[in-house]
Amino acid sequence: MSTINQSGWRPTTPQAGEASDLSTFTGNRALMLEEALIFEIGSSETTGVDFGEVPQAKSRLGGLTRDAEIGLPGLSEPETVRHYTRLSRQNYAIDLGLFPLGSCTMKHNPRLNERMARLPGFADIHPLAPVDTVQGALEVIDQLAHWLITLTGMQAVAMSPKAGAHGELCGILAIRSALDAQGQQDRKILLVPTSAHGTNPATAAFAGFSVEDIPATEDGRVDLEALKARLGPDIAGVMITNPNTCGLFEREMKAISDAVHAAGGYVYCDGANFNAIVGRVRPGDLGVDAMHINLHKTFSTPHGGGGPGSGPVVLSAALAPYAPLPFVEKQGDKFHLVEEETAGEHHAGTFGRMTAFNGQMGMFTRALTYILSHGADGLRQVAEDSVLNANYILRSMEDVLEAPFAKYGPCMHEAIFSDRGLPEGISTIDIAKGLIDEGYHPMTVYFPLVVHGAMLVEPTETESKATLDQFIGAFRSVAARAKNGDPTIKTAPHFAPRRRLDETLAARKPVLAWKAPAKAEAAE
Amino acid sequence: MRYLPLTQPDREAMLGVIGAKSIDDLFADVPASAVLEGPIAGLPMHASELAVERHMIRLAAKNLAAGAAPFFLGAGAYRHHVPASVDHLIQRGEFLTAYTPYQPEIAQGTLQMMFEFQSQVARLLGCDVANASMYDGSTACWEAITMARRVTKRGKAILSGGLHPHYVSVAETMAKFTGDQLVTAVPTLSPTSDTDDLIAQIDDDTSCVVVQYPDILGRIADLSKLAEAAHAKKALLVAVVTEPVALGAIRSPGEMGADIVVGEGQSLGVGLQFGGPYVGLFACSEKLVRQMPGRLCGETQDAEGKRGYVLTLSTREQHIRREKATSNICTSSVLCALAMSVHMTLLGEKGLRQLAAINHAGASAAADRLAQVPGVELVTPTFFNEFTLKLSKEARPVVRTLAEQGILAGVSLGRLYPSAADLGTGLIVAVTETTTSEDVETLASALQEVLA
Repeated sequence: MSTINQSGWRPTTPQAGEASDLSTFTGNRALMLEEALIFEIGSSETTGVDFGEVPQAKSRLGGLTRDAEIGLPGLSEPETVRHYTRLSRQNYAIDLGLFPLGSCTMKHNPRLNERMARLPGFADIHPLAPVDTVQGALEVIDQLAHWLITLTGMQAVAMSPKAGAHGELCGILAIRSALDAQGQQDRKILLVPTSAHGTNPATAAFAGFSVEDIPATEDGRVDLEALKARLGPDIAGVMITNPNTCGLFEREMKAISDAVHAAGGYVYCDGANFNAIVGRVRPGDLGVDAMHINLHKTFSTPHGGGGPGSGPVVLSAALAPYAPLPFVEKQGDKFHLVEEETAGEHHAGTFGRMTAFNGQMGMFTRALTYILSHGADGLRQVAEDSVLNANYILRSMEDVLEAPFAKYGPCMHEAIFSDRGLPEGISTIDIAKGLIDEGYHPMTVYFPLVVHGAMLVEPTETESKATLDQFIGAFRSVAARAKNGDPTIKTAPHFAPRRRLDETLAARKPVLAWKAPAKAEAAE
Repeated sequence: MRYLPLTQPDREAMLGVIGAKSIDDLFADVPASAVLEGPIAGLPMHASELAVERHMIRLAAKNLAAGAAPFFLGAGAYRHHVPASVDHLIQRGEFLTAYTPYQPEIAQGTLQMMFEFQSQVARLLGCDVANASMYDGSTACWEAITMARRVTKRGKAILSGGLHPHYVSVAETMAKFTGDQLVTAVPTLSPTSDTDDLIAQIDDDTSCVVVQYPDILGRIADLSKLAEAAHAKKALLVAVVTEPVALGAIRSPGEMGADIVVGEGQSLGVGLQFGGPYVGLFACSEKLVRQMPGRLCGETQDAEGKRGYVLTLSTREQHIRREKATSNICTSSVLCALAMSVHMTLLGEKGLRQLAAINHAGASAAADRLAQVPGVELVTPTFFNEFTLKLSKEARPVVRTLAEQGILAGVSLGRLYPSAADLGTGLIVAVTETTTSEDVETLASALQEVLA
C-alpha cells in the first residue's frame, strides 16, 4: 500500500461507471484534489509559527501544569495553506455561481465590506476598552441603528443579538417583559403559522411559551379568520414571517396586527425575508412590534459556511423600554455605552443582557459599509430587483414544474415549486442533485413543509439576466429529465467531489471526532 | 449601484416575460397604504467605493486600536498575534461566501473543516465530542445550564463567583423567563477560589455547578474535587474557559471530571472585534451528545464508498423538532471556527504549548514588576496570563486617566461589578505574547505616578 494509507487515509478505487472509468493512485482527479485530515498528515512536533525562546519565570500554575498530551496535530505554514486551500476547492460558494437557497438569501458579498471590517480601528479594539477610546465604534453602531430604525419605521433597535434566532429570542423576551409589566402573566401561548421557520416554535419554547399552529389558506397565506378565532386572554401574540416562507406577501398583515393588538397581544415578525421589501415597505406601518433583521441576508455580510450571523431587533414604542442592554446613546457630542449600572429611566424596563459584549461588531461594520454603498435609493432597487428576478424564474418554470401559488399572482423575492407531477420514485432531491451536476448549488428543498416536495428558489438581486437565463435552461433540462424518468438523475451528482452521501449511516453510527486508528491496524 | 447587475433594458425584457407592465405590478399584494413612494426620506443616496471607504476610515480613526498602545485588557477577550495565513485562508471566497452545508456533496470543504474543528476542540477541552461552535462563550454557558437541566431533570444551577459577570448576567436574563433557579455569588478579592463554598451548596435539586477556569480574577483551581462532589449528588460539572490558550499550559477541565466544557474561542485566530463575532465552544462526554445544542458534523461514506462528511443528529435541531428542539440555535460561527481551526493547526501541539509558556512567563514577570509599584498588591498567587491587582485607589478612574495617556491598563472590577463597592480597587491585567517588557514598564511607571 502507499505511504498515504499508512497515515490512515483511505483513497478508494473509483467504481466503473459514468463518472470515471479510471482510478488514480492518489485518489485525485487532476484539479479535484483529495485531502486527508490534519490528524493524518500533521504531527505533534510540527508547527507553522515561530516563537522566541520562552523566558525564565517562576511558575504560578498552582500545580496544575499539563502533563498529558493534548493531541493537536501541527502543520508547517506551507502545508497549512495547502490543506485549507485544497479543502476550499471542495465547496460551492456564491463567488463561484448562483446560490439560490430560498430563505437563506445568498447574494454577492462586496469585498469593500471585508476591507473596512479589518481596519485596525475596528478589528483590534477590546469590548471593555474605555468608551473614550472607542467613539468611532459606537458611532458605527449608532449610524447603523439609525438606518435600521428608519428603514423599518420602528422606535428602537436592540443591536446585541448574535444571529437571527437569537434576535427572535430577543423579540419574544421583550414581548414577555411587556406582558409581565402589565400583569398579563397568563398570556402563555404564541400563535405560529404552520409554514414558519423551525426556529420560531423553538424560540417560543426556549423562552417559556407554548406554541399553537395557525393554518394557512389555499393561497399560501395565514388564515385570518382562524387566527381571529383563536385570539383571547391566553394569547401573548403571533410570530409571523412576512414576506412569508412561501415567498408571498401577507396581504392582511395590517388586519392581523390590528386584531392581535385589539386582543391584547403583540406581533413578532420574522425578518428573514426583509430583502424583498427593504426601502419599499416599512414593517412598522403594518403594525409589527418586533422584527429581527438578519444583517447577513439583507445587508450582505458573508455567511462563512453557516455563520456568524447577526440579528438586531427593531422594536415598536410599546416594546422599546424592555430592550436588552447594552445600548449606544449619544449625549452631547459623545457616545456612551448604556450598561447595567447606567441604565436610567429610559431603559428601566430592560430585560437584561443577552450576550457578554456588544453584539456582532464585525458584522455591523460590514453592514454599514454595504448600506452606505447602496444608499436609500439603492436599497429600494435591491427589493425591486430581487422580486423581479424571482418572478422571472417563476414564470419561466411554471410550465415544467408545479408552482402551487403562481395562479394567485406574483411572488416576492423567492419562487416556490413542488415535485407533484413527477413520476413515481423521482422527487425534489433528485432535481437538486441533478442541478449540482449542472454546476449550481440547488435551491432549498423540502421547506416549507406545507408544500409537497418544496423547492424554494431565491435568486437575489445580485444576479444578472444572463446568469438567470443559463440557470433556467439548466433547471428546465433537469426538470425534463425528471419528468421523463431518466434513471441517471437518481444517481446524481456524478461530477461533484462526492457522490450521494449516506446521511442515515452518519446518524446511526455517529463519528463526531477523529480517533487514532487501533494499534494493530497502525502496525500493519 | 455597482452590486446590481440588471440593466434597464434587462428589466423591461424580464417584465415582458413575466407579463407585468411595471415593477409595481409585482408588489400588487402590498396594500397601497403601506407602499412608500420613493426612497425613504432623511437617508443619503448611494455612494462610491472611495466615498464609503473615506467615511469608514474616518470612523475607525476615532478608535484607539489595541496594537497602537500598551495594552492589558482581558476579562473574556484577549489580544494574541494571529498568523497572516489565518486571515488569508478565511478570506478565500469558497469559505467566506459559502452557506450552511445543506448539500454535502458540494460542501466537503466546510464539512471536513467542521469535523477537524470538532476534533481539535474536543481534545483541547478534554472531552469526547464537541459541536461545530456556537455564538460565543456567554451564550454557550447558558446552553450548558439548560442542557444540564434536560439531562438531570433538575432546575437549580450553582454559579461560581469566579464566573465572568457578563456570563452570569446572560444566565440571569434567561432564567427569569425559563424558571431555572440560579445560585450566584460575587467574587471577593481573595487569593483562593470558592470551591469549598460551591461544594457545600450542592444538593439533590442541583442540575449543575458552573465554574470558570481560569476564573474572572485569573485564579486557577483544581476541579477534581468539585467534580467528585457534584457527581456524588448526581449533578453535572460545567466548566467555562474564556482563555483557551491556557489549556496549552494547564490541565483540561475534561481531564479533571467536567461533564460539559464550554468556552470562548476568540483567543485563537479570531481577534478582538469589539466583542464579536466570536466563537462559542461546546464539548461534552459521548453519552450526553444527543442532548447537546448546536450543529454537528459526522463522518460517513458516499455511494462509491469514499469517506465524506455530513451534518448529522439533526433530530435534536429546531428545523426537525421545532418546539421540542434542544435549542433554537440555527447557526454556527463557522467562519470564526475556521479561523480558530487554522490557528490551532499552525500552532499544533508544540506551538500551542510554547505560546502558552510564553504567555505565562510574560504574565509572571509582569505581575512581579507591577507588584513592586507602591500602592499595588498582587491578589492572585496562581494564574495563567491574567491576574488581579489591588490598587490603593479606585481602579475605574485610574483606568480612565491612563487611557488619556494612551495606556490601556486593564479591566477594572468596578466596571464589571458596579454595585460591589469592595471590589472597586481591583484591576484585572492580562499579558500575552503581544505585550512587550517596555509596555510593562510604561504601565508600571504610569501606575506609580497616578497612585502616588
